[in-house]
Amino acid sequence: MDEQDLKLDGNAAAGLLRELFAFELTTARGRCENCGAVAEVGAVSVYANAPGSVLRCPQCESVLMRIVSNGGRYWLDVRGISWLEIRA
Amino acid sequence: MARAAVLGRLSRIAWQLGAVAELVDETARVKTLVLEVPDWAGHRAGQHVDVRLTAEDGYQAQRSYSIASAPEDERLAITVERLDDGEVSPYLAEELVVGDKLELRGPIGGYFVWEVEQGGPLLLVGGGSGVVPLVAMLRHRAASGARVPTRLLYSARSLEDVIYREELGRLAASDDELEVAYALTREQPAGWMGYARRVDEEILREVSYPSGEGLAFVCGPTRFVETVADGLVAIGYAPEQVRTERFGPTGG
Repeated sequence: MDEQDLKLDGNAAAGLLRELFAFELTTARGRCENCGAVAEVGAVSVYANAPGSVLRCPQCESVLMRIVSNGGRYWLDVRGISWLEIRA
Repeated sequence: MARAAVLGRLSRIAWQLGAVAELVDETARVKTLVLEVPDWAGHRAGQHVDVRLTAEDGYQAQRSYSIASAPEDERLAITVERLDDGEVSPYLAEELVVGDKLELRGPIGGYFVWEVEQGGPLLLVGGGSGVVPLVAMLRHRAASGARVPTRLLYSARSLEDVIYREELGRLAASDDELEVAYALTREQPAGWMGYARRVDEEILREVSYPSGEGLAFVCGPTRFVETVADGLVAIGYAPEQVRTERFGPTGG
């Protein structure tokens, strides 16, 4: 098994994101800070095999978001996203 | 007030208990769990639930399972493939009995969702148990009486591994706008008329709608999804028309 097999997509992070956000985030659109690509969160690459979940840009594979949770605390790193457009 | 009660009220996505009402053997490795979930909020075809098991020592394991039932169905159903080295699926597929309670939360996801109002034509491509959310879409389509032109391409190892085979046959036979094609990758029965190889560009060209019309939903193991999604784009689908859900290598 190589890295390719471990790739999931935004759907796989939907439950986790739902713990943190009031709105459905997989249908939100976000812009990659690195390459400028805009994608729905459901379509981004997700790697859940790390100690936490890593969301990557489907175009350039740079890190969009990292989420680590442990015992009721969450660490959220969103520096790879310029903006999110969330449909309420 | 107990902390759990406060969290339960604040959390937008609370864990709840469902009772196993019925177990259906689909194939030798696949079982459908029909669940009675009080206060179920309803769902859309394509969404999933998270299932959580807790061991006596407090260890928890959590997995996502696509919802198999249509929104119109009375009870919630998930279809589970047993993965021998899995932590969760062997319990769900082998040890669970009618009446048992199961901890779940959902419905989850909004990206890999199809509702009749979205129209078509609809191309559904499933690999293995990746067919489950696609069948939820077919059931939703049938229950609503919609005449959206739809084609399902279903890749499985053998005919014995095909989930919902009878139902798919029935649906296709009674509906001119629905076609079901199979690709059997490892073993084919004598006289097999369907595809007998892994899904490739040529197959996609044959089953897809002309000039990449409408919407495509692709679900299955990661590699399968990548191949199919790339293939659809190669034959003329715009990336925005293709929605994917990758199951990954384990899921188990």
